Amino acid sequence: MMRRIIYFLPLLVVAVLLVFFIDGLQRDPRKLPSVLLDRPVPAFALEGLPGRDPALTGKDAFTGQVTLLNFFGSWCVACLQEHAMLSRIQAEGLVPLHGIAFKDQPEDTLRWLERHGDPYDRVGYDTTNRIAIEFGITGAPETFVIDAAGVIQYKHVGPITEQVWAQTLRPLIEDLSTP
Amino acid sequence: MIPEIGHYALALGLCVALVQAIVPMVGAHRNNLALMELARPASVALFLTIGVAFAALTHSFIVSDFSVSNVFQNSHTDKPLLYKISGVWGNHEGSLLLWILILAVFSLAVALFGRNLPPQLRARALAMQAMITVGFLLFILFTSNPFERIDPAPLNGRGLNPLLQDPGLAFHPPMLYLGYVGFSMAFSFAIAALIEGRVDAAWARWVRPWTLVAWVFLTLGIALGSWWAYYELGWGGWWYWDPVENASFIPWLSGTALLHSAIVVEKRDTLKSWTILLAIITFSLSLLGTFLVRSGVLTSVHAFATDPTRGVFILLLLAITVVGSLSLYAWRAPQLKSGGVFSPISREGSLLLNNVLLSTASATVLLGTLYPLFADVLNLGKVSVGPPFFNAVFVPLMVPMILVMAVGPMLAWKRGDAYGAARRLWLALVAAAGVFVATYILAGGSWIDVGAAFGMGIGAWLLLGTLVEWAERVHLFRASPTTTIKRAAGLPRAAYGMTLAHAGTAILVMGVVGNTAWKTESIQVMAPGDVVEIGGVSYLFEGAERVEGPNYQAIQGRFHLRDGDGGLIATMEPEKRRYSDPPMATSEAAIQTDGVTDFYAVIGDPSPEDGPGAYVTRFYHEPFVPFLWYGTLLMGLGGIVSLTDRRHRVGAPTRSRSRVAAPGAPAEAAATPHAR
Repeated sequence: MMRRIIYFLPLLVVAVLLVFFIDGLQRDPRKLPSVLLDRPVPAFALEGLPGRDPALTGKDAFTGQVTLLNFFGSWCVACLQEHAMLSRIQAEGLVPLHGIAFKDQPEDTLRWLERHGDPYDRVGYDTTNRIAIEFGITGAPETFVIDAAGVIQYKHVGPITEQVWAQTLRPLIEDLSTP
Repeated sequence: MIPEIGHYALALGLCVALVQAIVPMVGAHRNNLALMELARPASVALFLTIGVAFAALTHSFIVSDFSVSNVFQNSHTDKPLLYKISGVWGNHEGSLLLWILILAVFSLAVALFGRNLPPQLRARALAMQAMITVGFLLFILFTSNPFERIDPAPLNGRGLNPLLQDPGLAFHPPMLYLGYVGFSMAFSFAIAALIEGRVDAAWARWVRPWTLVAWVFLTLGIALGSWWAYYELGWGGWWYWDPVENASFIPWLSGTALLHSAIVVEKRDTLKSWTILLAIITFSLSLLGTFLVRSGVLTSVHAFATDPTRGVFILLLLAITVVGSLSLYAWRAPQLKSGGVFSPISREGSLLLNNVLLSTASATVLLGTLYPLFADVLNLGKVSVGPPFFNAVFVPLMVPMILVMAVGPMLAWKRGDAYGAARRLWLALVAAAGVFVATYILAGGSWIDVGAAFGMGIGAWLLLGTLVEWAERVHLFRASPTTTIKRAAGLPRAAYGMTLAHAGTAILVMGVVGNTAWKTESIQVMAPGDVVEIGGVSYLFEGAERVEGPNYQAIQGRFHLRDGDGGLIATMEPEKRRYSDPPMATSEAAIQTDGVTDFYAVIGDPSPEDGPGAYVTRFYHEPFVPFLWYGTLLMGLGGIVSLTDRRHRVGAPTRSRSRVAAPGAPAEAAATPHAR
C-alpha cells in the first residue's frame, strides 16, 4: 500500500504548485510597494551642499506641514526630465519641496542645480548613500509625500509628469493639508 | 488573401489534429489496425496544414504586409531580410506557431521513420502528440491569432526589438523549441507505454533517439542564448540565473537525467517507472518554461509578451497535461514490472546517482526560480533570488556528479569493481592533482584560489578520466597499434558520443570555473590617447566617430589592443547603436580572442565634462570563456554522433522485432559494447 502512495506523490506536488500559479497569475510582480508607507520618516543626519542654504539636515524638516521629498542626482537623466515639473511645483507654492542628492559629487550637484535651476527648499547631500537605503530607494527619481505628522503617505517612482501631479500628488496633498 | 489562407489552414489543422488524437487511440484500444494506421496519413496532413500556415506568416513578414497586425508590431521595411524572417518567431504569436510546426515535424518523423514500431505503441504515441497539438492550436486560435488584420493598414511597421536583431538570437528560439518540443516525443511514448502497461528495453531504444535529438537542440540552444547574452548585452557575463534562462535550464537538467536513465532501461530493463516519470516531468517542465515566460508571473529581463488571459490558458494547458499524465502514472506505474537488480557500485548505480543529482539540481533551480512567486503569494514580501543562491546550491550538487562521471563509465553493469576502476584512473587522478597544484600556484596561492583550483582540478579529472576510459576500451598501448585501431573502429558510435559529451562537459566545467574565478573588469572615462592596462594587455583609445547602419546610427570607438610587450594584437571597434524603430540603444561589444582568453571592449556614453572626445569605456578580461563554447559544442557533437549509432539507425529493424517477440529477455550481448 505504501508503495502505491509514493506514485501519487508527484501529483500532490503538482497540485500544490498549481495553487501557487493560479494565485500568482492575479498579481503583478513588477509592483514594488514601499515598506515605509504609513511609517514615520526614518531618522537621519545629513550635510547640506557647500555654499547652498538652507540645508536638509534631519527629519525635523518634515513636521508641521505636508512636504514633498525628492531623491535625485546630477547623473540621472530621468531627474532632468522631471526638473521643469519640480520648478512648477515650487512656483505653485502648495508644499515645501525638499531634495536629497545621492550617488553624486557635491560640486556636480551644485553645477547641475545652477545649470537647470534650483526648485528645492532644502537640499541634503547623502555622502554615504545610507539615507537612500534607509528610504528604500530603488532608482532615481523617487518622490515621497509626507504628512504634517512626519508620516510617509505615498511614494512615486520615476519622473513626476504633469498628469501624475494633477491627478495623484496634488489631490493627495490637498487632502492631507485639510484636516 | 494569403494571411486568410494561413488562418484557415490553422483551423483545418485543428480538425486534423482532433481526428489524429481520437481515432488511433480508439483503434489501439479495439486492436483495429485500420483505425490505428490512420495516425500516419493524419500526421502528414497535420504537418502540411501547419506548414502552410507558417509559410503564410513568413510570406507576410517577407513582403512586409503591415495589414497583418503581427507584422506591423514586429517588422519594418528597413530591416534586413534575415531579421524579417526571424521576426516571424520573434514575438508571442509567431513563436507559438513555430512551436506547433515543430510538434508537427516530430509527429511526421515518427510517422515516416517509425515503421519498425509496434503499431499500437505508434498509434498511441502519435495520438498523444496530436492531443498536445490540439491544445496549442486552441491556444493560438483563441488567444493569439498571428494573422489578425488591421484596417487601414499602417504605412510602416514598428520594427523588431533591436536586441533581437542579431544572428545569434535569430536561431536561438527555434533551437530551444526543437529541444522543448522534442521532449514531447519522450512524453508521448511514456503515456503510450503507461496505457499499454508495458515498458521494456525496446521501448527505451525507441525513446532514446528522440530524447537525444531534443537534448542536442536544447544544449545548443541554451549555449547560443548564453553566447548572445555574452556579446550582445555588453556586460561580459554569460549566465545570469534569470528566470527565462532557468526556464530552459530546468528541463535540460531533467532531460539529461532522462537520457541516462533510458540507458538503464534499455540495457538492464530496470528503473522503468522512474524513467517514465522523468519523461513526463521533463516535458512538463518544458511547458512550465513556456508558462513562466509568457504569463508574467515572474519578472525577467527577457520581457516577452505577457498577458494574463494567455497565462490562464497556458496554465490550463499545463494543468491538464500534468495532472492527466501524473494521474495515469499513479494508476498504472505500480504495475510496471521491475527488472534486474544491481549492487550500488555498478554502472546502474552510478547512473542512478547521476539521476538523483541531476533531478535534485533541477528541482533546486526550479525552487529558486519560483521562490519569488511563493513568497509573494504567501505574503512574505517581494523577494528576488539571485546568483548567490544558485551558485551556493548548484555547485555542491555538481561537484560529486563530476567526480562520479569519470568513474561510472568504467564500472561494469550489475556489479562493478570500484577498486579496479580507481586503479585504472590513477593517471586522471595524478593529472587532476597536478592541475590543482599548478593552477593554485599560478593564481597566486591565496586562500580564495583554492576553490577555483579545485574546480579546474575536477575538470581535468573528468577530461582525463573520460579519455582513459576510451583508451581502456581500445587497449591503447596495451595491444599492438593495429589491434588498437581495429578496436577503435569497432567501438559503437554511442561510445564515442559519450566520450565526446563527457569531455565537453569537462571543458565546460573548466570554462565556468576559470572565468568565474579570474575574470576582471575595468570601467573608466577615457580621452583619445589614454591607455588602460588590464589582464596583461593594454587598450589605447584612439577616439570615436559616428557611423551609419542600415536601420541605426552608432558611435564607433577604436581601440588598439596591445600585449605585454607592446605588440599590436588587434584594432577593436565596439559600437553603441541607437535604433530608430523602435527607439532603443544597444551596445555591440568588440571581442578579440586568442582561443583561451577573450579581450572584451565596450564603448559607453560620451563624457564631455572630462575633455573633448572623452567616453566611458569598459574592458573585461575574460579568461576561459571560449571553453564554454568548445565544451557545449562538443556536448552537442557527442549527442549527434551517438544518434548515428547503428542501433538507432533506420532500416535495421530486425533486432527490434525480435525484442518485441521476447520483451522479457533483452538481447544483452549485442547491446553491451564491451563485454569484459
